Amino acid sequence: MRTLEQTTDEILNLAAAHFKVPRAGLSPADDFYKKLKIDSLQALDLLSRLENHFGVELPDYEVQGVSDFRTLATRIQARL
Amino acid sequence: MSEHRGKALSWGLVDGVAEVEMHLSPCNEIGTAMLEDLERFLKALPVLEKQTGALILYSTRKEGFSAGADLRELHARSLEATERERLEGVRSFLLRIHHVLNSLDASPLTTIASVHGVCFGGGFELALTCDLIVADKMARFAFPELRLGLIPGFGGIPRLRRDTGNSVVRDLLLTGRSINATKAQSAGLVSQVAGEGEALRVARATAAQVLKFDRATSAATKRFAKPIPLDDLRREIDLFCDLFARPAVMEGLRKFVETTDAHPYLP
Repeated sequence: MRTLEQTTDEILNLAAAHFKVPRAGLSPADDFYKKLKIDSLQALDLLSRLENHFGVELPDYEVQGVSDFRTLATRIQARL
Repeated sequence: MSEHRGKALSWGLVDGVAEVEMHLSPCNEIGTAMLEDLERFLKALPVLEKQTGALILYSTRKEGFSAGADLRELHARSLEATERERLEGVRSFLLRIHHVLNSLDASPLTTIASVHGVCFGGGFELALTCDLIVADKMARFAFPELRLGLIPGFGGIPRLRRDTGNSVVRDLLLTGRSINATKAQSAGLVSQVAGEGEALRVARATAAQVLKFDRATSAATKRFAKPIPLDDLRREIDLFCDLFARPAVMEGLRKFVETTDAHPYLP
């Protein structure tokens, strides 16, 4: 099973690739709305991609108030 | 009549299939402009029904199929109206949209919604009038109306109940959460999940398959297999209007249209 660090790393890789930002510029504590320059509709798109990638279902109310990659990773980790 | 380019909606025959394209910025919100074009389309539908056996409904807005009712228009009109005008206006709108959606639901054509991106609220209700939903794997479906102190008003609850189990209906309505295409398929709401960007292609392949069958038989099968819950649809309008009269709804609408929150589409 993935560790939290692995999950976080995969999220950062996926986000960088999909939203076309340099992976080296992303870190777990970053605000993903600001770093990826996305709005809530695009955040839902990210959510779909993460659900597909990890094979989990993550209700969007679980990411309400979440804006950093690390906390997002803990939400996903709890579903693995 | 069998071809038209409107402000919100355009339609025509493509390879023998009626295709209806939604293209209203920002995300096909269902307000006056979309309703008027849907009503124009309804007048053209009998002509299309003589020319083909299948119809595809899709969006060319990159954000998705439809983000639902035009809440900004609803809020703006509510501010300009007296209490009585506001309530009468909402009921009138609902009766009109129900007429359109019920007619689409009852069409002898096999109807296919090709869904990508967001398919929320009224947009989800529009998709549910179709016989089949083909969804892009990144599509998301939601009924967020409870966030505004409302229920789906365009026929969503009776049509959800027609297609899926009550536990899924309760989950979607009472949490207001969005579900992805795979979950929607496992719930029986989506017929096929397509690869990213492939939903329209898959919908077209499905329409080509559907057209192989005798039209009268397909139409009779659809009438028998897919009842239209008219009594419940009428009750939904009444319940929506009762809820809409509550002050909390105007407050919910105001918060939605005035928000500077980057995340208005999260529950």
